[in-house]
Amino acid sequence: MRFLVDFIGELREVGIGVSMVEAVDAAGALDHVDLLDRDQIRATLAATLIKSSRHLEAFDITFDAFFATRPRFDDPGVEGAGAPPGGEAGADGVGGGGTGGDTDLMEAMFRAVDAGDEDLLQAVVRAAVGRFGGMESGRPVGGAYYAYRVARGLDLDALRSRLEAAGESDGESALDRRLRLQEVGRVVERLRDMIRREITRRLVADRGHLPVAKTMRRPLAEDVDLTTATRDDLQRIERAVQPLTRKLAARVARRRRTGIEGRLDVRRTVRRSLSTGGALAEPRFRKPRPGRPDIVVLADVSGSVATFARFTMQLVHAVSSQLRRVRAFAFIDAIDEVTGHFRPGTDLAAAMARVGTEARVVWVDGHSNYGHALAQFVEQHLGAVTPTTTVIITGDARTNYHDPHTEALATIASRARAVYWLNPEDRRYWDTGDSVIGLYAPLCAAVYEVRNLRQLERFVETISVQRRDPAGLVA
Amino acid sequence: MVFANPRAALDALAGQKYLADLAIAQVVFLAERLDKPVLVEGPAGVGKTELAKSVAAATDRRLIRLQCYEGLDEAKALYEWNYRKQLLRLQAAPGEAWSETESDIFGEDFLLARPLLEAIRSPEPVVLLIDEVDRVEMETEALMLELLADFQVSIPELGTMTATTRPAVFLTSNNTRELSEALKRRCLYLHIGYPTIEREQEILHARLPGLGERLAEQVARFVAGIRAMPLRKPPSVSESLDWAAALIALGVAALDDAVAAATLNVLLKHQSDIDIVAKELGADLIET
Repeated sequence: MRFLVDFIGELREVGIGVSMVEAVDAAGALDHVDLLDRDQIRATLAATLIKSSRHLEAFDITFDAFFATRPRFDDPGVEGAGAPPGGEAGADGVGGGGTGGDTDLMEAMFRAVDAGDEDLLQAVVRAAVGRFGGMESGRPVGGAYYAYRVARGLDLDALRSRLEAAGESDGESALDRRLRLQEVGRVVERLRDMIRREITRRLVADRGHLPVAKTMRRPLAEDVDLTTATRDDLQRIERAVQPLTRKLAARVARRRRTGIEGRLDVRRTVRRSLSTGGALAEPRFRKPRPGRPDIVVLADVSGSVATFARFTMQLVHAVSSQLRRVRAFAFIDAIDEVTGHFRPGTDLAAAMARVGTEARVVWVDGHSNYGHALAQFVEQHLGAVTPTTTVIITGDARTNYHDPHTEALATIASRARAVYWLNPEDRRYWDTGDSVIGLYAPLCAAVYEVRNLRQLERFVETISVQRRDPAGLVA
Repeated sequence: MVFANPRAALDALAGQKYLADLAIAQVVFLAERLDKPVLVEGPAGVGKTELAKSVAAATDRRLIRLQCYEGLDEAKALYEWNYRKQLLRLQAAPGEAWSETESDIFGEDFLLARPLLEAIRSPEPVVLLIDEVDRVEMETEALMLELLADFQVSIPELGTMTATTRPAVFLTSNNTRELSEALKRRCLYLHIGYPTIEREQEILHARLPGLGERLAEQVARFVAGIRAMPLRKPPSVSESLDWAAALIALGVAALDDAVAAATLNVLLKHQSDIDIVAKELGADLIET
């Protein structure tokens, strides 16, 4: 029971809301489960504690730390602190015993994979982690480091090419060949996964489940800071953004339709009354048709904030069917229209790359120059801004000590319905160094610190429903 | 006790040609033990609706289905007074005292039971499928809460109706919006993703007995490869079944690039997706 409470506590730390009722449900459900069967426990806890597919990944990570697989046969566990890294101690049971060389291990692994022998594969992975991991008790090193060492020691790349070569046969069609190569890729991926699990198990055995879960903790994709996201994080955000845009579009469409009560439709109400003998029993209302907002996005696409600009484009794009018109402009130190790059159905990553190469966004040196970009916008594209236009500017307002040309932004603001500035930078760093956000802020309807996907989504939703100012909703 | 253990649930579903994995069977088993509704999420076409149907068939229960759509209201989901019949009743007996009439026209005879009420009133246990629950508005969702928590429905004129037998409830969602916390809390959650290659192969075999061993394997692997590509709508199980059926109809014994390229439109529903995959196939054709 204590264990379950810890587990739920850890889930909450990661950012998954688990309510009291759900916790009680989980405890109740475990009564019906074979507690020796790890898969049953996993399915049960997932069904009762997790209520969104977005949280499943985080759940799996936490589960692996808490319910680390027990070895199937006797296992010396993590080597004592005295054992030299990469020493021969550790689990064996692979043909030839623990004295076999590295090549024997690789040979055994190849045979296991080739024959699909699960038990042998398990044993090989276990031995390999013991041999190459160099895990020492109490060393404050994360699992990723060990996983890397084992993968290198086992030379998984060599295994891949060997497997690829092994299946080769004459008269194989191109399609079969491709399918086989994909299969090899999956096998290697699975092997990596097994290694990760084995390392987690050893770490848990050494340090206990709570500290390990803590080191493996990662923020949910929508909470990751966009400007400091690692490549791995970006990939996760990428995966999260797709369903998110779909959801956002559906929600905006729904809210726009149902938000406002329409006026009474006299004709249809009277027509309806015929079926009730002339009594005006059911009033009918006209469907409201709210105006579609018109949005112009000015995005800084210089290195420091490019990813942020891209996700902004993606979200605005998602709701574009609910908007009258979306025009997109990109700038670094010069500004150019990029609306054409973002047609429905285009690959956003490729579009962003094209913006970088095809659009004339660089003027002198390719360092952000907000002042020049804004002035140029006023000069060439001011026609895009009308009194119904909402202008969204994204960027950190770091203008590399150039003239900020605040009067250009003032001109835009005076023509537009509203100007919103989204700053992906931590609010603490605003107006430090070359940041001139403080000069631009008074000219905008509002400036928001938008650092992760969740905040961005909320902003785009409010803008496109546009019943009243989004002020106060994002902050 | 319908299922003795998750394994039994798995086998019973397999008997209906629904090849679940262990996680699915576990949740079906738990739902039955704990008397809780199941919220099923996942991409379109992985067999969410089919799961409810198969559970109904496996347990020999009647399936009552409520298809949700935007604008679905109480009158369509729960119950409605038969207004015209009430009107007729009033006109047929003009001299009657009001108190008498009132108790009469608000009786069960004048009640039109909609799916939710029908499930509650059924004397034998049923399976209630609330399909695409994410399409209804928040208000309608709230309406279902009473039903899901206590299996009862309040009708002001008649009082509260409690289920005599607990229906097994399945809600499916395509995840177009976030469902309310209250609803989620009352349900067990089940996410059905794309099946593994082995399971997909078994599904293909179970559903299409005419499919050859080799072709089934090729189809399952090919589709798995396609799902890893960045597509707008990756093919689902239903699409791979359609595709395999088309291949059988065409008399294809083994898949090759030319056949695959020619029949892609069965598998993929967007031209841009077809282009992406065709390019992949074409590139290989030139290579070899």
